[in-house]
Amino acid sequence: MLKGFDRLFALLAASLSAQSVLAEEQAVERWGVNMPKGVTEVAQTTYELHMLIFWICVVIGVLVFGVMFYSMWRHRKSKGYKAAQFHESTAVELVWTIIPTVILILMAIPATKTLYDIYDTDKADLDIMITGYQWKWKYDYIGSDISFFSNLSTPRTQINNQQPKNPNYLLEVDEPLVVPIKKKIRFLITANDVIHAWWVPDLAVKKDAIPGFINESWTRIEEPGIYRGQCAELCGKDHGFMPIVVKAVPQNEYKAWLDGRVASAVKMRELTGKTFTFDELFVQGEKVYTSMCAACHQPNGKGVPGVFPAIAGSKIATGPLNTHLDMVIDGSQVNPAMQAFGEQLSEVDIAAVITYQRNAFGNEMGDTVQPVDILNFKNKQ
Amino acid sequence: MKFSKNTKITVKLLALAASMLVFAIFVMPPLYDAFCEITGLNGKTGGRYVAVPAAIDESRTITVQFVASNNDNMPWKFSPSVRSVDVHPGEAADTVFHAFNPTKKDMIGQAIPSLVPFKAAEFFHKTECFCFNQQVLKAGEEAKLALRFIVDPDIPENVNTITLSYTLFDVTGRISKNIDKNNTESAREG
Amino acid sequence: MAHGPQPGLKRWLYTTNHKDIGTLYLWFSFAMFFLGGCMALIIRAELFEPGLQIVQPEFFNQMTTMHGLIMVFGAVMPAFVGLANWMIPMMIGAPDMALPRMNNWSFWILPFGFAMLASTLFMEGGAPNFGWTFYAPLSTEYAPPSVTFFIFSVHILGASSIMGAINIIATILNMRAPGMTLMKMPLFVWTWLITAYLLIAVMPVLAGVVTMMLMDIHFGTSFFSAAGGGDPVLFQHVFWFFGHPEVYIMILPAFGIISAIIPTFARKPLFGYSSMVYATAAIAFLSLIVWAHHMFTVGMPIAGELFFMYATMLISVPTGVKIFNWVSTMFKGSMTFETPMLFAIAFIILFAIGGFSGLMLAIAPADFQYHDTYFVVAHFHYVLVPGAIFSITAGVYYWLPKWTGNMYNETMGKVHFWMAFVGLNLTFFPMHFVGLAGMPRRIPDYALQFADFNQMASMGAFLFGAAQVVFLFNVVRTVMGGKKASEQVWENPQGLEWTVPSPAPYHTFSTPPILR
Repeated sequence: MLKGFDRLFALLAASLSAQSVLAEEQAVERWGVNMPKGVTEVAQTTYELHMLIFWICVVIGVLVFGVMFYSMWRHRKSKGYKAAQFHESTAVELVWTIIPTVILILMAIPATKTLYDIYDTDKADLDIMITGYQWKWKYDYIGSDISFFSNLSTPRTQINNQQPKNPNYLLEVDEPLVVPIKKKIRFLITANDVIHAWWVPDLAVKKDAIPGFINESWTRIEEPGIYRGQCAELCGKDHGFMPIVVKAVPQNEYKAWLDGRVASAVKMRELTGKTFTFDELFVQGEKVYTSMCAACHQPNGKGVPGVFPAIAGSKIATGPLNTHLDMVIDGSQVNPAMQAFGEQLSEVDIAAVITYQRNAFGNEMGDTVQPVDILNFKNKQ
Repeated sequence: MKFSKNTKITVKLLALAASMLVFAIFVMPPLYDAFCEITGLNGKTGGRYVAVPAAIDESRTITVQFVASNNDNMPWKFSPSVRSVDVHPGEAADTVFHAFNPTKKDMIGQAIPSLVPFKAAEFFHKTECFCFNQQVLKAGEEAKLALRFIVDPDIPENVNTITLSYTLFDVTGRISKNIDKNNTESAREG
Repeated sequence: MAHGPQPGLKRWLYTTNHKDIGTLYLWFSFAMFFLGGCMALIIRAELFEPGLQIVQPEFFNQMTTMHGLIMVFGAVMPAFVGLANWMIPMMIGAPDMALPRMNNWSFWILPFGFAMLASTLFMEGGAPNFGWTFYAPLSTEYAPPSVTFFIFSVHILGASSIMGAINIIATILNMRAPGMTLMKMPLFVWTWLITAYLLIAVMPVLAGVVTMMLMDIHFGTSFFSAAGGGDPVLFQHVFWFFGHPEVYIMILPAFGIISAIIPTFARKPLFGYSSMVYATAAIAFLSLIVWAHHMFTVGMPIAGELFFMYATMLISVPTGVKIFNWVSTMFKGSMTFETPMLFAIAFIILFAIGGFSGLMLAIAPADFQYHDTYFVVAHFHYVLVPGAIFSITAGVYYWLPKWTGNMYNETMGKVHFWMAFVGLNLTFFPMHFVGLAGMPRRIPDYALQFADFNQMASMGAFLFGAAQVVFLFNVVRTVMGGKKASEQVWENPQGLEWTVPSPAPYHTFSTPPILR
């Protein structure tokens, strides 16, 4: 709390002294009091539009409140001021209807222009489909096999204050969206379950992701960098925990990244054929559980009574293996909150997490599941 | 005198309230649908189109992309056979989507189309589409779902890519009561 | 007509007296204001620091939802209806409301509606957690089981509002004293007349949208589900067709209160009475055609975005006229600054700030950045807290001596004002900053760069909460006793309510007053 006050005074002091421009800039940056200027043309135009409207409002406010404070100061009874009795003036009333209308028209012109820019439908260099899930994002690079989920990577221990928080607390993901700079990228945005909204302030892109329908938006990022955003439409429990990270890189780096993804896909296929030990699966399973399952079933596996079932001692995790596989791979047929993870996770991760669930939280099934079992289960169905 | 005046106005206002309720439930949804169809809002593409022969505009090529996704826990495998086709406005094109029911139970799916850019929606005509019907797939059954479409030659100049998305919903529970009726219907559509 | 109230509890249960029912409404809304306020404080306490400390995300979402619902439907709307009940008959020289039995009924179904809503907090799966805007499918397929109770309670609240609105219209149109022409009515009566029409137009739409939800959830229709040929976006259109006028329902009566208070303490007639009436009507009309500005990011054809942007911008013209008129009323007046006047002036300034941010939000391309951030939270709290809450507070201080016959404690009133004023700005002004810097709304935890401003906001919220305890204390003390108020209370205030004794007798204007 003290720290907060210190910073408040630091800000006040900084903004009061006109010479310390540098200090002020730093203070403003730390405090983040304004919309980011952004790294796309649309973002910059939007920022300018925002500032224009803001200053118009400030000028009107100063004028109106100025008159008001003047009369509050001068026209008070305690100063013996006698009240005038005028109460109408068609001319004046007409003036203050017309002038605001003119100002509005002046505002509407640049706003309309910007809107037309945003609605541009020229051909894009890259199309990316974005799908909102409770509570993560999936990115499909249309026209290639690249498709992955992007989950919050901030550990639960930080959220629960058991560990100091990272600088990018809640704004970091396991796999960012990687895109090339200076290319027109078209986003096709949809959702799997409820409505989400994909928002990255630096790109000035915010579009609702609606289940069953697609929306489009586009961007052309001018500067390489990492741009962070969040889901902007209330989508349930972990609405605050599904960030977006966009990594904009030069064309050659982007190419390298693409190649890397292909190579890792090959490696993943090899791993699927491998046989793991119980310990390997258990350790990996705990990681997968923490990032994919713990949000609902809780880190202790006890769930939330009445909302999310427990894993500890559950019929499924301590019952026949096939039922457990079915639940994880195809999701629940009755409870929409339990998703089908068959396509979201690799065979290795599914095998690991199932092994973990059957042997953690006091569950003692003692069995291991291998990636190849998952593959067989999927194919046999 | 006063009593009747108050009664009159109460009845009038109640009638107004009741008509607003009717408006909300029975008028707004169809009005909205009509509005969507005119403006292409949400990329709704309208119903079956009866093809009228039109000149093929060879000077323009439109790329039509196909994307398929499953809603929520729909376990079917569902994908387009090709990712995109290039067509000239006015020319009819065909494509196929694959659907496979990997589960051990019979299921019914419904594909919902959506198209961007919205302004292209009214110029994208489907003469044949699996999205008009509910699709029944028995356990382990596979199907090829046909789509035939024409891009209208009047499509605005600045549209050169159209993305057609299908989201597959599991409607087994929703319509299990009418399953027989739907079975016969889709059999007829063949 | 000369007999007084029944003794004991029966007085309140069976009463058809407009003053009794007004009192019931006001106390009920005061109770709901504290309940909704406690929920706000839970939210602010959780947001005091990054990380999850006090509540879990599920409960946090229930709090944001219930806070919104209770403040809108439980605190603000019943408070305005309570003021209407007390003041409209007295302002137009009528003995009572036109439909006194319906009046009793429209109040007494409210506690049941809210008991049902509050009971969802103790149900399995918890209370509604989908935000007060309850967007489908989060509120249908993905909702907790308590959603059904939520739907029924909304039906009850809607029925209550519609009955109240019918009663107000019937009273205003049929019960005016001879000579009280429409254009002689006080502005509070005018704004309520227009508000009541808005209520009748849009509350059924709310009832309709929750009914459609009910059918989707339990009867297999698919209004809002794409799977059956419906559309979740349809929900938003229907909801905001109700929701936007609802915002004006919560602010138009406030305009009436402020238009009564400013002239009294400026000792000068209201500037531009008729333009005030026309502006109110214009705002009400425009409110019906701007709903989709809440949905700019939902994906609309550009023509739609432009139409809703222009229409929304237009609203600032009549609203501006009102602000200019109030300032002109103050200009060259002979002002004193008692508590009602302080709240009224704060209303003008802070509501104007809310109006400015509203204008910024109307600009569709900029709204893509503002939408669903704390900037929006700051905007509508600036409109609703100083707008609705401050005007109600000002009205209570202004008319309390007339209701109770006792003067409230002026010092305590000023303490209340300054605590509330500072608390409010400390709470909501920093929200503009965090919103612009990128903090989405309705999140239980946030990134580190938002920490300082959130800390300020949380401290301000507790100050604001404490201020309301002072208010409660002051009101209770005034009801119990205090310096006797004169018939006029203030220096030469305008209006028929000041011609009856203080406290206002149980029955006023049993014979219509003679208007000069």
